[in-house]
Amino acid sequence: MKPFTYERPADVAEALAMAAAVPGSRFLAGGTNLVDLMKLQIEQPTHLVDVSRLPLAEIAETAEGGLRLGATTTNSQVAADMKVRARYPALAQAILSGASGQLRNKATTAGNLLQRTRCAYFYDTTKPCNKRQPGAGCAAIGGIYANTAIFGSSEACIATHPSDMAVAMSALDAQVEIAGPNGQERAISLEALHRLPGETPHIETSLQPGEMITAVVLPPPPPGGQIYRKARERASYAFAIGSVAVAGGKVALGAVAHKPWRARAAEQALADGANPAEAMAAELSSAKPDGHNDFKLKLMARLGAACLTTTGAGDGQ
Amino acid sequence: MSSVKDWAAPTPISENRSGLIGKGVDRYEGRLKVTGSAPFAYEVEAPSPPAYGVLIASPIAKGVVAAADISAAQAAPGVRLVWTPHNVPAQGERGAKMNPRSQRGSNPALAGKIEHFGQHVGFVVADTLENAKAAAALVRFEYAAEPADLIFEDNLAQADQPEGEEDMRVGDFEAAFAGAPVRLDETYVSPLQNHAQMEPCATTAWWDGDHVTVHTSIQMVKGGQHTLAETLMIPSTQVRLVTRYIGGGFGGKGQAYDDLTLAALAARELGQPVKVAYTRQQMFQATIHRPAVHMRVRLGAQADGRLDAFALEAVTHCRREAPFTEHAANFARSLYAAPNRLTGHRLVKLDIPAAGPMRAPGEASGMLSLECAMDELAEKLGLDPIELRLRNEPETDPETGKPFSTRQLVRCMTEGAQRFGWDRRNPKPGQVRDGRWLVGLGMAAAIRGNFLLPAKAGVRIDADGTITLRQGMTDIGTGTYTILAQITAETLGVPLAQVKVELGDSDFPPAPGSGGQFGAATAGSAAFAAGMNLRKALAELATGDPNSPLYGDDPELVTFGGGNIAVDNRAEPLERLVARAAPEGVYVEGSITPAADARDYSQHTYGAHFAEVGVDPDTGEVRLRRMFGVFAAGRILNAKTAMSQITGGMIWGVGTALHEYNEVDPRYGSFIAQDLAGYHVPAHADIVDLSAMFLDEVDDKANPMGIKGVGELGIAGAGAAIANAVYNACGARIRDYPLNPEKVLAALP
Repeated sequence: MKPFTYERPADVAEALAMAAAVPGSRFLAGGTNLVDLMKLQIEQPTHLVDVSRLPLAEIAETAEGGLRLGATTTNSQVAADMKVRARYPALAQAILSGASGQLRNKATTAGNLLQRTRCAYFYDTTKPCNKRQPGAGCAAIGGIYANTAIFGSSEACIATHPSDMAVAMSALDAQVEIAGPNGQERAISLEALHRLPGETPHIETSLQPGEMITAVVLPPPPPGGQIYRKARERASYAFAIGSVAVAGGKVALGAVAHKPWRARAAEQALADGANPAEAMAAELSSAKPDGHNDFKLKLMARLGAACLTTTGAGDGQ
Repeated sequence: MSSVKDWAAPTPISENRSGLIGKGVDRYEGRLKVTGSAPFAYEVEAPSPPAYGVLIASPIAKGVVAAADISAAQAAPGVRLVWTPHNVPAQGERGAKMNPRSQRGSNPALAGKIEHFGQHVGFVVADTLENAKAAAALVRFEYAAEPADLIFEDNLAQADQPEGEEDMRVGDFEAAFAGAPVRLDETYVSPLQNHAQMEPCATTAWWDGDHVTVHTSIQMVKGGQHTLAETLMIPSTQVRLVTRYIGGGFGGKGQAYDDLTLAALAARELGQPVKVAYTRQQMFQATIHRPAVHMRVRLGAQADGRLDAFALEAVTHCRREAPFTEHAANFARSLYAAPNRLTGHRLVKLDIPAAGPMRAPGEASGMLSLECAMDELAEKLGLDPIELRLRNEPETDPETGKPFSTRQLVRCMTEGAQRFGWDRRNPKPGQVRDGRWLVGLGMAAAIRGNFLLPAKAGVRIDADGTITLRQGMTDIGTGTYTILAQITAETLGVPLAQVKVELGDSDFPPAPGSGGQFGAATAGSAAFAAGMNLRKALAELATGDPNSPLYGDDPELVTFGGGNIAVDNRAEPLERLVARAAPEGVYVEGSITPAADARDYSQHTYGAHFAEVGVDPDTGEVRLRRMFGVFAAGRILNAKTAMSQITGGMIWGVGTALHEYNEVDPRYGSFIAQDLAGYHVPAHADIVDLSAMFLDEVDDKANPMGIKGVGELGIAGAGAAIANAVYNACGARIRDYPLNPEKVLAALP
């Protein structure tokens, strides 16, 4: 394991300054993904800035009637919060469907968003991967790993984003608050945080060097039902092979793309009066399975339609 | 040679006066394990500060190491040595003797000839694990790759009969099958699976002069000791191998691996203790696995369900240079009656890691075929699956005609059916719903052979009354410590707390170790024999001691109980006798050998599994709702550890049916799943309601205690019960395991 240095800042400004001072710095929060990747020498930071004890662990009401989830709120904390459970049940369901109790106790809101793909070839350092080594090629293309993207993939990468939480946040139209090294602050939609792979799959988010996520802001819950359902190979402690979040008429899909996939075509079809099956068919008409992941078409069609039916989103509201 | 007739006489075990035999006492080493204070091999404290070794794996499947540049690694901080095929010390030939129960060969560690992806080609030792890992990344290899045969399905045409084996034929299968009014001909596929033990292979080694001590994680003490001695080219007497605790073996640790070899070699080179452990990825790529098996089942039946023709033909694979056959058809030779029979195996040689034994080798994959085929045949015949099995229950072993030592398969099925509520099963699939879930029931039979191997044990009593059993046996988490303590205490009539058990040391009297569910019967029978010999020695001591209240009595009349030695109402505590008459203690050994006529009987353990599953029609996800098993496996020594073993096997069967598989990348020869996030075994949430019971049984043809193994029976057939329940739930008959959402969804309308 490559040697690295470690610091623990007292506030956000100090954290940003520490990270800016050392090239190759990374922020460390729960460490449930970063530390694993460091052991495999996939991540090789020179310097870790431990943000886990920054005062960002609050869940607060916003003036608009939503909630602000601090960056270091833990997954367990958010999923158990009564305000979240009452107003954003899809988010609580999504978080609780992920990982294990021990991991959720450590994993944070911002860290969850920034976790990296679980593509088997990303983890196997004997194989080419454009994420690990830009320009090396992609072993997943032509490979046998089936939990790959059907939307938005590229010639360089067919990996998926593994988060459950982020899929629910996408359907909930969450905003991400970001602080930069020179004191600047900005907010973007969650949809704008993660990128499609294109020719630069190693650049996974729109965060600029030195920026850190400070909070995720949930707007007031939309009218209508919410649900998160996840298909996986065992009953718990497994990444999704396909998931669906529905909040009102908003739909997001998980394990199908390099980012939480906002199903705009399905939403439009619903708005135009389509039934759930028709709405999912509209979304999946642009899917590009690769021969190994074709099962995701039937899976997403059925799971999506079931979620839309359950929430009443296809009832022509 | 003894006869099984000698084993029918009453013994302290059958009399069970203290009631310790069968009692569900807590694990002997349980407190140590749950408090994290049981030192596993990597955690054993060395006599001086150790160095840490890291293995480097080949990224190609076949070829040679053409060149290696170790200069940067050698110059890295803390590095003590860097070995490649070009500078690794000479090692002796090993292989055949490595594990007498298999013919697997093995290369020397760091062989330059690469026979599979992940074979170790480099080894770095440094002052810390982190420095060793960092330096290992600096070694540069050049390879000359050669074409490799990597994919089982692509190479089925080269399948050959395993050397020295023949198909087993009775009657004329082909003619009988052709003439049978009801026929079934289907092929079932069981995938490649990994052992996925919690504890990786690990060794701590140090030298004292020309003697080496190794603490390692291995199921077979003597096998490991001899392998290492041959590798180091020293006599076995100069190798002490210790394996006190093992964090899961399942057959995967039946042999020695490179951690053992290289830790010992490096400790000798450096004159310093060395620790080496496999990474999780190396556990997948550089140990053994259960190979995939293609199983063609052909059944020809009369309209009443009686089988005329039966065939199970299995094709499996092994590493090219390490022959091993997954005997997936063997179990079927003793299961159902049919006058015309054919069973056999074919083997494909590949350039992937070695295949080897994994919990219930043969049965675990084999029963996934036949027990589903019986379900399919029952439906064709319009019979209940249990009724079909009852109509094919043999009087004697259907292939050899030998009598069964015991066989309670019928009672396992009927008792299980009643307790499970089998009569609530709707034979028509896809009829039962619970919310969105389609619900179905399935059953399968279970059979697994029972074995007894030669073993010894030593037992001593000290002046304080402490009785210590010593045996070169292992406890791989199964409860061996505990049952040996129970046997010893019951044999000598002392409280359990008075008995100590010491295992896993090549200095102790040898036992074959853990495997093939022969451990309890084999080690236990030797411990029982040692205990009986100690009774004899103590009886003679007491009756010959003028200061004993038993002085002058006939030793044959001496009894043991309550910690006392007695004749009639004259008694004294054992510790008083020993402290007075043999203050240095009394030590005896005992041994067991298979009876000369044991093979005159067809000897197996039996069971029946019942499962209820739900199938999600939206996703193809299958979830177990409840599962129940009834088993007959001889006298049960410990209700708690036996139940843990048998339900653990059933849970593994659930994983076999629904979760477990690995695949080889056709371009690289590597496994796609290399960690426990990618290789799925059942999680707690997958096992919500699972239980089992044992039928009363004593098998007096098995061994002097009438016990049998329970370590592997539970997995046999379990997965087939799940697959049959999936069919009953949704009408999808999937013959390619595991039944994961992808396959189930594809099969759903």
